[in-house]
Amino acid sequence: MARPHPSGPKPTQITAGRIGLYAFLFVAALFFLLPLYTMVVTSLKTMDEIRLGRIFALPETLDLSAWITAWSGACMGTTCVGIRTGFWNSVAITVPSVALSVFVGAVNGYALSLWRPRGANVLFGLLMAGGLIPYQIFLYPMVRAMANVGLYNSLAGIILVHVIFGLPLVTLLFRNYFVSVPEELCKAARVDGAGFWRIFFEIMLPIAVPMVVVVSMLQFTGIWNDFLLGLVFAGRDNLPMTVQLNNIVNTTMGERNYNVNMAATILTAIVPLAIYFLSGRWFVRGIAAGAVKG
Amino acid sequence: MPMKRKPHLSATFALLPTWFVAVVVFIGTMGWSIRLSFTNSTLFPSSTYVGFAQYAKLFSSAKWLASLQNVLIFGVLYVGGCLLLGFLLAAALDRKIRFESAFRTIFLYPYAMSFVVTGLIWQWMLNPTLGIQASVRSLGWETFVLDWVVNRDMAIYALVLAGVWQGAGLVMVIALAGMRGIEAEQWKAARIDGIPVWRIYVSIILPQLGPALAAAGMLLAMGVIKTYDIVVAMTNGGPGNATEVPAKFIMDNLFGRQNLGLATAGATVLVLGVIIAVAPFRYAMHVRSKAKGAR
Repeated sequence: MARPHPSGPKPTQITAGRIGLYAFLFVAALFFLLPLYTMVVTSLKTMDEIRLGRIFALPETLDLSAWITAWSGACMGTTCVGIRTGFWNSVAITVPSVALSVFVGAVNGYALSLWRPRGANVLFGLLMAGGLIPYQIFLYPMVRAMANVGLYNSLAGIILVHVIFGLPLVTLLFRNYFVSVPEELCKAARVDGAGFWRIFFEIMLPIAVPMVVVVSMLQFTGIWNDFLLGLVFAGRDNLPMTVQLNNIVNTTMGERNYNVNMAATILTAIVPLAIYFLSGRWFVRGIAAGAVKG
Repeated sequence: MPMKRKPHLSATFALLPTWFVAVVVFIGTMGWSIRLSFTNSTLFPSSTYVGFAQYAKLFSSAKWLASLQNVLIFGVLYVGGCLLLGFLLAAALDRKIRFESAFRTIFLYPYAMSFVVTGLIWQWMLNPTLGIQASVRSLGWETFVLDWVVNRDMAIYALVLAGVWQGAGLVMVIALAGMRGIEAEQWKAARIDGIPVWRIYVSIILPQLGPALAAAGMLLAMGVIKTYDIVVAMTNGGPGNATEVPAKFIMDNLFGRQNLGLATAGATVLVLGVIIAVAPFRYAMHVRSKAKGAR
């Protein structure tokens, strides 16, 4: 029986519809790229050029001084040391927070799914509920409690806070991952005499490497981009880059140095952007996993 | 249930820190905050209970009411805008486009950046004296107006614009993944029946993406309730109360104005808001999974 067979490559004649489609995509791409373009050209201009009010114009000469100022000389209030302290603070906060939360989350997910000790479901339910609640309700008592144990306004304190607030999502992702691991694997290892930790380190963690990567991406960008927790818990000496950036831009008196501000903004965005561009589908998988956690 | 397990000491032990976090940190601090909301605490916690007085004060505060209204307008337009633009972008990319991955990269990159960064970029672009407005005027259109960030009536839409720019890519990724999962047979059948492409997307594809889009919408909505950074970076609540939001109101009263009772009352209302927002969605998922199980 002869059927019309729409197989093979799709017809791609130039029709009005195709032109419209590409037009839509190009306009959309312009909308998404314009802010990035604007940031970059602004950061390369002198203030005299910026005052002309041609935000989209290319810089007349390449002037890198705004970048240098942003990195090492921009002022937050009365101190003028640039965004670099914030950068290193963010590194110092993010790296241990990610490592610790991924580790704890992996152990949790493993214990909850493959061992299911007493109360596992209750714990999981509590954790998921905790993950939905806005931070604002936890903040004040946490500040007091952290102050009591001497962790308020310290690097260890802000790291602990990130690990705590990351737990729900990280645990969920690892639990969902380990649920799909055949139980027999765990049982066989137990028969062979391996204990909880040995099975974890020698079998389950190696199996979970893809999830470790995905969760690390997700946590890294999330913690790097955090503002609220850093503002409240980090203390003056450990303020993350996002908070310092906002201080540079929004508390300046007199005329704002927009070129410096935009250079500082790019510097703040550059780490998550680098992760995004370099890790590509891992990042996408991470945010998709985080989004469709249901 | 598979087999009955013996409770295992190591597993129980390994979960102890998490038990601590769940019970002490999540439930404990929440209970403490809710308790404070019924006291007359100002700078320091007090144990003088005043019933619902803080809530009465809260809901007679023009700033709080404005913040609720703002977050509602922002939330509806932001979530709706992200869903609509994200779906349209996904549908366009699904049409066997050249340079698809380049487009995808361009549409998603803002999502990697923080709300502070997003707010600052758009604050700069929308700056009326030096930004887009000035640029267009210098081209000869002298009466062009784009003063959203400094205009009381428009500032909230400036936030929406920046928010949609940041978040639409997420919806696109989720919708595109869903579209790629739809069987080719459905496409063939619909094309043979002569149904136009746009109708296929609206009547066949969209319903199948429903649960994934609902999950994305849910996630964005949760973000709306927590909205803080982008407002601080872009407008700091102004002009006037035009972009004041509940999360910022709470933070200001918690740490700026030393008004603990009022702040915790606001936070409690926020938690109730989340429960009200999430409950129907959870219930729908529950009913759906039950219906599937019964089939």
